[in-house]
Amino acid sequence: MIPVLIAQAAADSAVDKLVSAITNGLSLGAIYALLALGFVIIFKATQVISFAHGAIAALGAYLVAYFATVINFPGDLIGGPTWLQWTVSAIFAVLMTAVVGLVIERLAIRPMIGEPMFSIAMVTIGLDIALRIISNDFISTEARPLGDPFGTSVWEAGPVSMAHSEIAAITVTIILVVAIAWFFRTRIGIAMRATAFDQEAAMAQGISVGRIFAIAWAIGAGLAAVAGIFASLFPRASQGVSSETAFFVFRAFPAIILGGLDSVPGAVVGGFIIGLAESFAGKYLTWSGFGVGFSGIVPYLVMMVVLLVRPYGLFGTEEIRRV
Amino acid sequence: MRGRPHLYVSYESEQSLLPTWTQRVIVVLFLFLMVLIPLNGGIEIGERVFQPLGFLSDNSWLKILSRVAIFGIGALGLNILTGLAGQVSLGHAFFMGIGAYTAAVLGGEVGKAHWGLGLPIWIWLPAAGLVAALVGMLVAPTAVRVRGLYLAIVTLGLVFIGEYLFRNLVSITGGSQSGRKFPELEFRWWQSEEPALAFNSDGPIWAPFNWLDWLLGPWINFPADVSEEAKTYLILLVLLVVFVVLAKNLQRTRIGRAFMALRDRDIAAEVMGVPDAKTKFEAFAISSFYAGVAGALLVAFIGRTIPEQFNLLLSVQFVAIILIGGAGTVAGTLMGSVFVFVFPRLVQDFSVWLTETVEAGGVLSSVADFFVSTSLDDPGLVSTLEGVSPGLNVSQLNLVIYGLLIVGFLIFEPLGLYGIWLRIRNYWKGWPFTY
Repeated sequence: MIPVLIAQAAADSAVDKLVSAITNGLSLGAIYALLALGFVIIFKATQVISFAHGAIAALGAYLVAYFATVINFPGDLIGGPTWLQWTVSAIFAVLMTAVVGLVIERLAIRPMIGEPMFSIAMVTIGLDIALRIISNDFISTEARPLGDPFGTSVWEAGPVSMAHSEIAAITVTIILVVAIAWFFRTRIGIAMRATAFDQEAAMAQGISVGRIFAIAWAIGAGLAAVAGIFASLFPRASQGVSSETAFFVFRAFPAIILGGLDSVPGAVVGGFIIGLAESFAGKYLTWSGFGVGFSGIVPYLVMMVVLLVRPYGLFGTEEIRRV
Repeated sequence: MRGRPHLYVSYESEQSLLPTWTQRVIVVLFLFLMVLIPLNGGIEIGERVFQPLGFLSDNSWLKILSRVAIFGIGALGLNILTGLAGQVSLGHAFFMGIGAYTAAVLGGEVGKAHWGLGLPIWIWLPAAGLVAALVGMLVAPTAVRVRGLYLAIVTLGLVFIGEYLFRNLVSITGGSQSGRKFPELEFRWWQSEEPALAFNSDGPIWAPFNWLDWLLGPWINFPADVSEEAKTYLILLVLLVVFVVLAKNLQRTRIGRAFMALRDRDIAAEVMGVPDAKTKFEAFAISSFYAGVAGALLVAFIGRTIPEQFNLLLSVQFVAIILIGGAGTVAGTLMGSVFVFVFPRLVQDFSVWLTETVEAGGVLSSVADFFVSTSLDDPGLVSTLEGVSPGLNVSQLNLVIYGLLIVGFLIFEPLGLYGIWLRIRNYWKGWPFTY
């Protein structure tokens, strides 16, 4: 009887472990997918890879902390329950971050059109340094809580247990992915696809390429801010937005490369693959020989292996090279 | 061909490093000046005392110049890879780390908590470069398969993987808590001898160079006492010059020309008989050699450091140096290195000056007060106060300016400082005409 119980318990804990690895991986993957989606939209429209994404995400999360907890700005005007006020303030902060994205595009990226890709990538690295220091100075030395309504509450059903914020992250990601898919069917979305295909031909058809660039950066920055929020909530960060938030985003790079730099579905798939890989590595690769922080580099290892097999990622368009 | 410096009558003269006498004289004078900088009190030639650029002989300035030399060597390596061969790399910090820890294992003290064999500098410095070059060769095949921005992100991944390895190999690196001690900058013939040349302690450097004193003594009076910083600076300057000559020379060899062909159009280069894989292999090996040597020198200069030293910011710093200086040129790389390290010092001095101006009062005081915060409740852009204060502190301000400078240079002067220098030179060449 007792060995059976032990076996039962072992099986239970094995199932628990598997389920928690999956749920954790999915919610982590949702954040990566959001970040990767922002990257890919910016890359597709403007051929720029934005290293400033981390700083933008941290700035967005800080703006949420500021608008939702310090001044409670638009939420205050609306009234109603606390969670509604917080959501309204958070959405307003995300919009503000999108405006920051617009400003960055206009001041730093637009003058660089036609320069080599790597130069533009370096511009975004420079922006990343400047923005990150400024947002860190706003955040100050201690982490700032976002004042979110999710708290540390957990939803449990059988072996499944997920934090409310994790469920929210997955839900919001699904909503945003659907919204982006829908967006690409609207007039502006089609214009963006045309721009991605051929900028000059798009201009010849009367599309304002500059405006498309601006919209892409606004969307990218907004998505980064949303990801920044979920990256600084309970299961990911215990205290709120801190100077670590910006570095979290660097782990989303493998996701975009894995999916292919210019593929929107690839970004989502890559995000979830990387999230699950990291989560499974954290749960199962616990051999002490791996040392500290092995799960943190699993995304990069997965990325390298995939790139050696498929140099343009899983869904990326192969670059045709001519002499 | 006096007076017609651009008329070459032989291939040798066209390919020579310093084709005109003016250039040769300027380079020699410049090197002479560089050597004179740290000699406190200057040198006496006959009755006169020479102390040009004397303010730079301050120890804090010498440390900055030493850093310029170390990062100059590293940046020359990245310049070969990115500027000449056109392979984008954000992984330079990883190769520096490899070099640094190779040096640590070979040259570190014997019988301490961390591995060390106590070998002298003439073993650990080249070995640091060679091991890094080997690792570079292992990475090179990736560059054959993966191109452009994909390569940038793969090399970015290298930095994170390297940081993880360095953090966990505690017996070599000391871990992220305390780090470890690194070999000293001193020349010994073999293990644990008295150093024949010590660059890490005060006192005269001349013992092995007594013949120089004997030879030139009647005319030139060398200072008797030289500080530790000055000696470190001098040895790093010598190494920098060696690596500059090597890098400059590389550009006119078959390998260097193959790099440039690969950068300009890789398929065309292959058609002309430049092997893609082999050339990238060589580019990564040479660049990593430079990085390894620079890493070993950096840790020997700092003395004790933690694995997190070799993070992404270090890689970015190198990319910034070659982009601010002007990618693809040796002179530009050196200018970039000077700029990146001297500029923060100027910003710091300026912030201190602003604070002093506010405190002194007067006409400028109110203007300066607008920028600087002198107390906890005084808003301002920058503050020189200790601890948490309104506004950015000086190092934060430096980083912000550094980031914006990268952006500004790329937008307004893509050719970097070298481009500015070219425009100045061409203006005077054509003067009084504008073309």
